[in-house]
Amino acid sequence: MTKALNELTIAEAARALRARECTVRELWDACHAAAVAKNPELNAYLEIFDADETAIAAAQARIDSGDESLLCGIPLAIKDNILIDGKIASAASKMLEHYTATYDATVIKKLKDAGALFVGRANMDEFAMGSSTEHSAFGSTKNAVDPTRVPGGSSGGSAVAVAAHLAIAALGTDTGGSVRQPAALNGIVGLKPTYGAVSRSGLIAMGSSLDQAGPLTKTVEDAQIVFDAIRGLDPLDSTTIPAGLYPEHARKEKLTIGVPRHILSEGVDADVLETFEATLQRLAKEGHTIVDVEMPTSPYALAAYYVVMPAEVSANLARLDGIRYGHAARGETLLDDYVQSRTEGFGPETLRRILLGTFVLSSGYIDAYYRKAQAARDVLRKEYDEAFKNVDVIAFPTTPSPAFKFGEKSNDPVAMYLEDVFTITANLTGMPALSVPMGTVVREKSTLPVGIHFTTPHANEAMLFRLGTDVEKLSRGE
Amino acid sequence: MATVDDVKKLAALARIRLGDKELEKFTKEFDAILAYVSQLEKLDLPKGDERVVPPLHNVLREDGEPTPSGTYTEKLASQFPAREGDALVVKQVITHD
Repeated sequence: MTKALNELTIAEAARALRARECTVRELWDACHAAAVAKNPELNAYLEIFDADETAIAAAQARIDSGDESLLCGIPLAIKDNILIDGKIASAASKMLEHYTATYDATVIKKLKDAGALFVGRANMDEFAMGSSTEHSAFGSTKNAVDPTRVPGGSSGGSAVAVAAHLAIAALGTDTGGSVRQPAALNGIVGLKPTYGAVSRSGLIAMGSSLDQAGPLTKTVEDAQIVFDAIRGLDPLDSTTIPAGLYPEHARKEKLTIGVPRHILSEGVDADVLETFEATLQRLAKEGHTIVDVEMPTSPYALAAYYVVMPAEVSANLARLDGIRYGHAARGETLLDDYVQSRTEGFGPETLRRILLGTFVLSSGYIDAYYRKAQAARDVLRKEYDEAFKNVDVIAFPTTPSPAFKFGEKSNDPVAMYLEDVFTITANLTGMPALSVPMGTVVREKSTLPVGIHFTTPHANEAMLFRLGTDVEKLSRGE
Repeated sequence: MATVDDVKKLAALARIRLGDKELEKFTKEFDAILAYVSQLEKLDLPKGDERVVPPLHNVLREDGEPTPSGTYTEKLASQFPAREGDALVVKQVITHD
């Protein structure tokens, strides 16, 4: 059975374009038509762009002249908090509903240089805060597998665009799991790169010490293709890392996989845990070694995250005051202008986190919360560094359960926050992490995908890709 | 325990206005979140001087090669909620009373 063009992976599409099996225009049309047809139901895109004839012609010319960029002519979905010059970037907020980006984010510039095309702006939780896209000011996105369920978040639109074949691949951002969790809940691959591997210039900032842009793709190979295109030192982001900052990692074929079983004993659905254990067993049969690791501070990671993150959110979103750009309400005084603009512009979850951040940074509580959380973050990182002396990689399920139903967690912020319990640690330590589909579980007659999550030492994405490829092969029964 | 007054004060600091109903809801949710976050108190962590501060270095570049004046002016000014020429219109900041 031959796949429709929009169902191809990046690697397959790049090959098809060079074999003259399709043109850039045909590939674009297939993705664009699918997006236009399915978006009314799925709401994966906040805006679907018109064809950029110049970019399409340029990409075709490059392919015809033997250009080797694998992303050349590939249509991608871009999360709505990543700036594309001349396009709206709203971060799914009323605050920036009509804000037009004045420059390209570095990742966009790199993708344009690689010849990639952009299908549209992908829906998300407002300012990337949430795990379900229910916090989007423009309506939630529906899960690609079961539209009665959430797609995860905050990069839910990006994940559904890829899983439902409304783009070949997508870019998201990940502050606490926002690429990996929606990838897992839609049955695709998601990568959070090492902090500093990818420039944050031109990303609408959420938690600046945690944010990274990353790919959502159909395969591990595709994730690597996008990562290789967007990574690199950038003078516009002083936290980007030069090559060689972290020690070189030896290339190993057989890996030691550490599993912190002590934190998996409660809160994880039984069948998710079974699927996880079965995946580990298959990896063991391939020659990898599975061992237990102790991470005593891990159970506190989520608590530390919900101090550090809102603190950074409250600082970053202070710039949105209705004066220079964005939603601008006007009252009696200048103070009224600020207060009215912010009160009308921000949704409830954003307000909640701004207030929480204001609280943990206030003089009476900064020691008890913020400084304590920063200290916990150091200890956590040290624990991971220690663990990596004995193991090559650490594995979890990506989420404790499969996609949940709309509204199920809307009235309980803490239950929603627990969605990220396994993913946030990689953001706190800055280590790279990958979610790969590991199988399915059944809920109310619906077969739902779940993911396995790997973390490696800083700058060792190569090992993630190698192990992720093994999981893919085993899932296909090879 | 967070009180309605605490949350009201935080909202004022954050330049946000909350209605009575929202205040009550946020206060309740705040308590649940703080209860969860307070787990951190159980952790024995290095204090003050014991914390290792990572090596820091200055990342500011030397001045030079300025962008030609006016390159981004129109792009930025077109986002202004109110403008006079290339200037942003705001309310009077200093009052005389």
